[in-house]
Amino acid sequence: MIREVKIYTTPGCPYCKMAKKFLGDNGIKYQEFNVAEDKIARDEMRNKCSSLGVPTICFDDEMLVGFDEAQLREKLGL
Amino acid sequence: MYELIIVGAGPAGMTAAVYAARKRLNTLLISDDVGGQPLTTVGIENYMGYQFIEGPELMQKFEEQVRQFPSDVKVQVGQKAESLSRMDGGFEVKTDKSEIHRAKAVIFATGKRPRQLNVPGEKEFLGRGVTYCAICDGPLFAGERVAVIGGGNSALEAAEGMIRIAQHIHLVSLTPLTGDQILIDKVSGASNLTVFLKYEVLEIKGKGRVEGIRIRDLKSKQQRELDVGGVFIEIGLIPNSEAIRAMTTLNRIGEVEVNCANETGVPGLFAAGDVTNVPEKQIVVAAGEGAKAALQAHRYLQRLK
Repeated sequence: MIREVKIYTTPGCPYCKMAKKFLGDNGIKYQEFNVAEDKIARDEMRNKCSSLGVPTICFDDEMLVGFDEAQLREKLGL
Repeated sequence: MYELIIVGAGPAGMTAAVYAARKRLNTLLISDDVGGQPLTTVGIENYMGYQFIEGPELMQKFEEQVRQFPSDVKVQVGQKAESLSRMDGGFEVKTDKSEIHRAKAVIFATGKRPRQLNVPGEKEFLGRGVTYCAICDGPLFAGERVAVIGGGNSALEAAEGMIRIAQHIHLVSLTPLTGDQILIDKVSGASNLTVFLKYEVLEIKGKGRVEGIRIRDLKSKQQRELDVGGVFIEIGLIPNSEAIRAMTTLNRIGEVEVNCANETGVPGLFAAGDVTNVPEKQIVVAAGEGAKAALQAHRYLQRLK
């Protein structure tokens, strides 16, 4: 069971919208952080996840950068 | 065996699917995504019927229209066609999931993808400072020094977007700037932008994330290092034509050569949209080409009967 899904996004990012739609369509609750505005979240994404790309999707011990539906489906066990 | 397989679900492939359905062709639409390049287009103001629409929204409307015909068009998403070969009475499409699909005719509409620099560090630092989507990742580099690679419209748009966000932008182009004059004018006055024309990128350097790039003047061969935290690669697109490379004729830049009826040199194999040599890579053009290809495929299948 996945405990918590965090998704780091920017407003202009089409892949972020696709990723959120995918999570929503599959009934997965997530917490979204707009890293264009939220500097604390941006630093968290950069330092904790070593990621400099959006969407960054974190859950359990997984961290995915970009939206790859097949990969996300596999990691989420869908 | 299907009557028709359409490879690719961008504007060309999805329009072809609707036209095929209206001819009641037993069709398989196969693609790794639904929407293709418009998924990354923020605003579209030149697709007739919409004064403004976002790319993903327009593609959602295309998809809804395709899915109106479930008995005629089967849609299979999440698979990429790896190779296409001829077989008795038609074609075989092999996917990256090792599935094999067969049809009497094929429309190849796989579009284009961003071109890569192919320099050391590019793959290693993807998502760690290297990006192909300036509009997505630009805000992450607020107050930093960045490099934009390229000299066309996409590069100029990326540079323009970063003028307001980054501390400094280095615009590095192999050629003189080739983008629209209106974009060149927009960036040329910026105090935080330096332009390097006729320079090539040799390497993207860093430790865990991008820390700089090494570039070389094409004429003097002199090398320079630029300290940057982000590298935005905007050097154009390449056609996704690898799967049929062995089968039909490609032009110098890898586009599938078609005639005005979307026919390739192989009977029963049609192509449409940005993957072809048809000039003007526009959504409205790709959609029209998809329609033509489907009608032509229908004619071809009628002749087989």
